[in-house]
Amino acid sequence: MKIKKEISDKIIAHAKQLAPIEACGYLASQDGIVCKHYELINIDNSEEHFSFDPKEQFNTVKDARTNGLDVSAVYHSHPATPARPSQEDIRLAYDPNISYVIVSLADGKEDVKSFKIVDGKVDPEEVEIVA
Amino acid sequence: MNVKVNGKDQAFDKEALFVKEVLTICEVSQPDMVSVQLNGEFLQKEDYDGTSIKDGDEIDFLYFMGGGILY
Repeated sequence: MKIKKEISDKIIAHAKQLAPIEACGYLASQDGIVCKHYELINIDNSEEHFSFDPKEQFNTVKDARTNGLDVSAVYHSHPATPARPSQEDIRLAYDPNISYVIVSLADGKEDVKSFKIVDGKVDPEEVEIVA
Repeated sequence: MNVKVNGKDQAFDKEALFVKEVLTICEVSQPDMVSVQLNGEFLQKEDYDGTSIKDGDEIDFLYFMGGGILY
């Protein structure tokens, strides 16, 4: 996954802003590069869980579509745990076509990793930060 | 019949289709885990079987998105 640095910075900032609550949102790309992030409400408002609001989810995807962008990834934060999918993340990863990005703030370090998760199988993706 | 599915035009070789059939054609293996809008209005999951779509309709579906930190 290629992601503009400003977007990587923004999702880290989003994670920090909401910590210890989990932050979440969509990432949209153009020409294969993530160039926009959409911050969505974590309706669970939880330190241990997140869920999207379906209405906001549809509005976001349609906005991206209107602007010629592909929603290519969903992101969420792990305020105090590593940037790898938990069993719960894997269990709830139903979309085989999207990338799952995790922003970790564990131990005071920022870490952004991406995964494809299909039928419970987790495949890490290289994250390339571009200008 | 021509239908817009997730914003993209798609042709189906059928006169009538139910929403659940569209999800099957789109390889949605767990229809209970997607939300569906038909012409911008949410459908109840129990209506996926019985709601038919017609030429020119717009259907959008999105997977549930959630997770947690349980290891």
